[in-house]
Amino acid sequence: MAAGISTLASGGGGELLTGPAIDAFKDAVNAMSVPEVSLPFFFMPVFILMLVGYRQWTKPLVAGALLVVFCVGYFGSMLIDRDYLAILVKPDNVPITIMLLSVSGCLWLAFRQAALNDAKTKAGLPITDEAADTKVLVWPDLVYTELICIVIASAALLIWSIGLPAPLESPANPAGPPNPSKAPWYFLGLQEMLVYFDPWMAGVILPGMIVSGLICMPYFDTNPKGNGYYTLAERKFGITVWLFGFLILWVVLIVFGTFLRGPNWNFFGPYEYWDSHLQVPLTNINLSDYFWNGKELIGFGMNKALPANAMVRELPGILFVAFWVLLLPPMLARTVMRKRFATMGAARFYIMAIHLVVMGLLPVKMVLRWLLTLKYFVYLPEYNLNL
Amino acid sequence: MSQLIRSVLDSIFASQAWNSIFRHGIPRDRRTRVMAVMSNLFLHLHPVAVRKSGIRLSFTWCMGGLTFFLFLAEAITGVLLMFYYRPVPEYAFSDIIALRSHVTLGVLREIHRWGAHAMIIAIWLHMMRVFLTGSYKPPREFNWGVGVILLVVTMLLSFTGYLLPWDQLAIWAITVGSNMGKATPFFGMQGPFTDMVMLPGGVPLVTTKSDAAYILLAGTSVGENALMRFYVLHCIALPLAAATLIAVHFWRIRKDGGISGPL
Repeated sequence: MAAGISTLASGGGGELLTGPAIDAFKDAVNAMSVPEVSLPFFFMPVFILMLVGYRQWTKPLVAGALLVVFCVGYFGSMLIDRDYLAILVKPDNVPITIMLLSVSGCLWLAFRQAALNDAKTKAGLPITDEAADTKVLVWPDLVYTELICIVIASAALLIWSIGLPAPLESPANPAGPPNPSKAPWYFLGLQEMLVYFDPWMAGVILPGMIVSGLICMPYFDTNPKGNGYYTLAERKFGITVWLFGFLILWVVLIVFGTFLRGPNWNFFGPYEYWDSHLQVPLTNINLSDYFWNGKELIGFGMNKALPANAMVRELPGILFVAFWVLLLPPMLARTVMRKRFATMGAARFYIMAIHLVVMGLLPVKMVLRWLLTLKYFVYLPEYNLNL
Repeated sequence: MSQLIRSVLDSIFASQAWNSIFRHGIPRDRRTRVMAVMSNLFLHLHPVAVRKSGIRLSFTWCMGGLTFFLFLAEAITGVLLMFYYRPVPEYAFSDIIALRSHVTLGVLREIHRWGAHAMIIAIWLHMMRVFLTGSYKPPREFNWGVGVILLVVTMLLSFTGYLLPWDQLAIWAITVGSNMGKATPFFGMQGPFTDMVMLPGGVPLVTTKSDAAYILLAGTSVGENALMRFYVLHCIALPLAAATLIAVHFWRIRKDGGISGPL
């Protein structure tokens, strides 16, 4: 089946469906899929609605309808264009579709139970009734479940393996890099961050802080509620931050990086041909240019040559980063997070806050890139230190 | 006929050999069911009894168990693949082609590759489940940390395995990834502050032949040394690390009170 689709798709060029309505639809989708439109005006609203409306959308009928809409939109959108279809059914991209479907399904399971549990808590009822809380023997109740899971998983893995050949391209040629060169799909969130940050940030510091932040997370989260059951009402802050990181900054960036980044890492809408000759002019501007040369660039501010001393030149950016990383945490401790600071203690709070503000640096940089074509806050090629 | 089968079975279950392997009867009553779990090395990863709400599929999604199942599937298919694969540039690619065309049931590599992708997805879902049920909260903080390291080890296993087919997809994906090593602050040639790392007298300590990417690749680019290094990491070092951490992870589940549930 999948092999059949890929032969169909590898026909190359041309559309499966044509017509003025289809073309208008494709243009609209292309225009809306660029990150500066889709992230703030599609993915973020969907994310917020998911959290705010979790009592409504998780009802089985609504969720079922949403699943149908998702599948029609997702699979329908790839069936009307050969090039896009070819990208989605590339063997190593198939797991992404499986990941998206299973993450969505599991989110439904989690929020459905959260909604039911929160309703019980609100009514003053215990979350588990007596019958569900009784102990059962592992043999047979658990080992049989495990056996069934193993059988189903084995069957699924075998069907997947027989139906979809593992990818194998031409032999390695150290002199001929493909364009685009992409990391394995599960790292593409990081590769997509390279659009906004240099490799030392996107490839070293940010992944390092994702790992250290995850390990430290149980010590950051001092909220004793919601231990051992699904809930949203009792853990709004923690769940919002974590799911924002996982769904928006990880999963959505993987989708961008795999499906919508073409040659030279240029962005292509789903229905745009991956033209390797497309030249996108690099117009991004550093913060120091804006600061010293604002008159020319944005019509107000100074109109001076860049100072010769690099540290003086980059002072505005250095001050901004220092403010963001060093001053913002104590400001949070004294204002909106006063209670948190009191319960956590200084050391623990500041480690948490630094992870939080560095995570926030990515969306901040994204927005500034979209609004001001900002390239770097700090541009110090003298030290390979661009941020 | 059924009488005959029953008498044969009964004599098997009564035999010395059977009773030396399984030190209990057929698990039909409470005592033998408890014995079945307690007297078996593999089953005794479980407690004898668990809370009914804790083992509901809608609660656990079985994703931790599936991750472990996929790890075993990867280990078994990985050993079989090692029979047919030589990690040197001359042979690596042709060995991969031969796996499909010459080896019986030529889906060994497919099972291994798709199993690896499935394992990554299963881990993410397992972490999402553990997060959304708050199961990392006391007393399970440490085991969450062990799980995060297991995630990193699994992603490194996938990353090192990605190079082994030695095709264009492989070397350039690994090139993109290992280029990040060059940007490591202090330790990578293109990273911030690396110029400042020097011996007294101004001798640079980090060069293209000693920076972080060189240590990973055993070369300045992805070549035969990198292939051997990734092969050994993929087949020996990382699986051993994963197996050890899995043992700790499972043991701590028991010690921390089993599957989480409302207090």
